[in-house]
Amino acid sequence: MTRTDPLDVPRPDAQLHLGVFFQGVNHWTIWSDQASGSQIDPASYRRVAQRAERGLFDAFFLGEGLRLREVDGRIHDLDIAGRPDAITQLAALAAVTERIGLVSTSNTTFNEPADLARRLSGLDLLSEGRAGWNVVTTDNAWTGANFRRGGYLDHADRYRRAEEFLTVARAIWDGWDDRAVSASSGAPAWAAPGGVRQVRHQGTQFDVNLVPTLPRSAQGHPVIFQAGDSGEGRDFAARNADVIFSAHGNDFDDALTFADDLRRRLRAVGRPDDDLRILPGTEIIIGATEEEALEKKRWIRLQQVTPATALGIAGLLWGLDLSDRDADGPLPEEDPVVAENDGSFGARRVADPRAVVAEWREKAQAHGWSLRETVIALGPQRGHVGTPAGLADKFAHYVRHGAVDGFNITPYLIPDGLDDIVDLLVPALQERGVYRTEYTGTTLRDHLGLREPLTHRSTTCRRQAG
Amino acid sequence: MSGPALRLAVELDGDGAHPAAWRRAAHAPDHLLTPRRLSRVAAAAENAGFTLITLEDGTLPPGATPDVVGRIGAVERAAFLAASTSVIGIAPVVPLTYAEPFHVSAQLASLDHISVGRAGWVVSEETRPEAARLWGRRLVDGAAARARESRDGIEVVRALWDSWEDDAVIRSVATSRYLDRERLHYVDFTGDTYAVKGPAIVPRPPQGQLVVLGRPDLVPAGHLDVGLVAGRDLAALEAAAAAAGTPRTFAEVEVALDTPDATAEERLADLERHAPWGDGGRLRHVGSAAGLAALLERLRGVVDGVRLHPLVVDEDLNVLSGLVLPHLFERRHAVRPLPGSSLRTQLGLERPANRYAAQRTQTTPATPIREETR
Ligand SMILES: Cc1cc2nc3c(=O)[nH]c(=O)nc-3n(C[C@H](O)[C@H](O)[C@H](O)COP(=O)(O)O)c2cc1C
Repeated sequence: MTRTDPLDVPRPDAQLHLGVFFQGVNHWTIWSDQASGSQIDPASYRRVAQRAERGLFDAFFLGEGLRLREVDGRIHDLDIAGRPDAITQLAALAAVTERIGLVSTSNTTFNEPADLARRLSGLDLLSEGRAGWNVVTTDNAWTGANFRRGGYLDHADRYRRAEEFLTVARAIWDGWDDRAVSASSGAPAWAAPGGVRQVRHQGTQFDVNLVPTLPRSAQGHPVIFQAGDSGEGRDFAARNADVIFSAHGNDFDDALTFADDLRRRLRAVGRPDDDLRILPGTEIIIGATEEEALEKKRWIRLQQVTPATALGIAGLLWGLDLSDRDADGPLPEEDPVVAENDGSFGARRVADPRAVVAEWREKAQAHGWSLRETVIALGPQRGHVGTPAGLADKFAHYVRHGAVDGFNITPYLIPDGLDDIVDLLVPALQERGVYRTEYTGTTLRDHLGLREPLTHRSTTCRRQAG
Repeated sequence: MSGPALRLAVELDGDGAHPAAWRRAAHAPDHLLTPRRLSRVAAAAENAGFTLITLEDGTLPPGATPDVVGRIGAVERAAFLAASTSVIGIAPVVPLTYAEPFHVSAQLASLDHISVGRAGWVVSEETRPEAARLWGRRLVDGAAARARESRDGIEVVRALWDSWEDDAVIRSVATSRYLDRERLHYVDFTGDTYAVKGPAIVPRPPQGQLVVLGRPDLVPAGHLDVGLVAGRDLAALEAAAAAAGTPRTFAEVEVALDTPDATAEERLADLERHAPWGDGGRLRHVGSAAGLAALLERLRGVVDGVRLHPLVVDEDLNVLSGLVLPHLFERRHAVRPLPGSSLRTQLGLERPANRYAAQRTQTTPATPIREETR
């Protein structure tokens, strides 16, 4: 990426924000290598979080999945699986980190607002204002089988419930006045009379009536993240979120289109269009030279996309069980099955598999690729590959042009996968003036440069936004 | 009375067992919920030689409105303390009356991983009707209904802990398989009010099963590792312990001790001006450290351990660690936990075998996956 004249740059002073996404279920974290550590050992979490903190990252991030993945009714066995409960794990990390934000993905479908709001408040207090909540809406009936409520919510209802959930959570968080708790043992009561309010909410999704248990934290309440990509998901983010965790960070034009779309949605609800941080998930592969980086990428892809995994990914595209095929042989000759998505887990999400397969065939033929090579080359593309200097230039360009506000990095190796990034990329970013050289605040809200929580702003802004 | 050495537990919620304890705390109310204060108290208990910390909880604030006191969730506190201590066991109180057993199971299994096998769980109930309105649920009405939710909940939680066999993660490079799906199990629980499919999302806890503590009069004894038994006097306590039917019993003992500044009676009277210390039917010692040591010595052979409920944490914990525990340890009437061993080991409980390990079925080949990471 070439440097641009500062005058042409829309955001010359923009700063890059980094998070680390310690992934749960996935096949992108290489588990087969000697250097690959435990996915459940607390030492792995501590190591990654402390490393990220040394690299002055904004946040340590955990995803959520409340049922083990299955295919055709059987537990999927190729990928990393098994994870701690996010808030519980993050509460432990609060004890061994000092500045980094701690973000929990917690869904609104299989939780209840008073319980989740309280757990998140606890994390926020234990970390002295470093908690974040990535609001997700589980999208399958299948997870419901693990919960009292059971069942399934359709797409529209999921977001309706999410929105009302957030309204209740905010009311709970705002239920205590800022200085409600006495500063003296001689005070007449532990909390100032009138400083704690009853929260009543009666809506289509929730009917609750309670006294909140916890005061506000140093940052007011947890920072709200959102992950979801549909129009409804983006509108939800525009109305409610401080940060959006997107999947649009690998290609500049795609990222910019997404960011412009969100800014439009923000303005439409009366929020300033710099009010939301956009942090796409991404993988970063670093080499001393471009060639070395590409060589490393080849090695990483072969570890991530094993023959069995390649057959699995292709099987999703074709809608067929290809597990007995040869991944190092040619593409399957059959036409893909175009089936209705029945909403069950493991269902495909390919809009037009015939067109995709035709493209795969053409490219595979032109390059002489095997099925596995085709999956690697044309399957889901991930992240950025290059030298520290090259990547730093590229990221400076991204952030200064408003395509992203930063990245949520998914290390391909646990627990040491951040080492290159912290040791090599971070200094290169600092040299270019797009990355902090020290933490200047103590809360996650401070790190992200966010305004105060949405509900603490003037009522006019709220009314427009509502 | 004599018997094997006692294991000592201490309940450390808030500022102490008395509802007005905060008035005598060594800090102002706005420091109660700070991480520094939490870890300081836990470090004091660990250094004193306690085997276990328990953390009271419930979804409603302690103290009746309008005089509420803030309280961070016990699981979150326990996780934080697990990462800031190294030897002592930690058991949050988690009621099952309204909570989701799947979440509870995952949180507690995670706590055991985080603490490397030092976790326990005190099962309790939400008895206040307001708890139902907080959850937005229909009231679980009456003792029988609450007992049903506890019973079903524990059964699900324990089944989920077993739903991964110990060696379910195989990382077989040769076959590309991370898991052996034959070592993962649906729990397929169907109870009176709900069903849960499983398996867990958290691998089996290091202890296999966490140490489960609870009242044998509320929870079926077969689900408990440690019965928390109570009685207003020694005879009642002895009867309760004998009737418990649990592998281990711990006596509930409330304590208010003489300090260098004031006698136990004076301290208690000071707090009673503000609120009464409700009678929970437990043994209560108000007096000297030597008197408490003598009482605890008499409990050897009656129970396997005691759980102390200090009147005011900041005051009584000092006396416990300075006078009472050293006295008991010197005479081998109580033992300190050994570094590096699990809570089960500390309590002389075996690590349970996995219930599903024997029932494996045939292996089957791999099939496609879904393109998403979480
Ligand atoms: C980048 C990203 C990460 C996500 N992470 C999770 C997750 O960890 N757990 C989860 O249950 N859903 C996760 N989701 C799913 C969303 O919450 C949502 O259910 C899904 O994207 C469908 O909603 P949509 O149609 O608005 O995109 C994620 C979605 C995106 C885009």
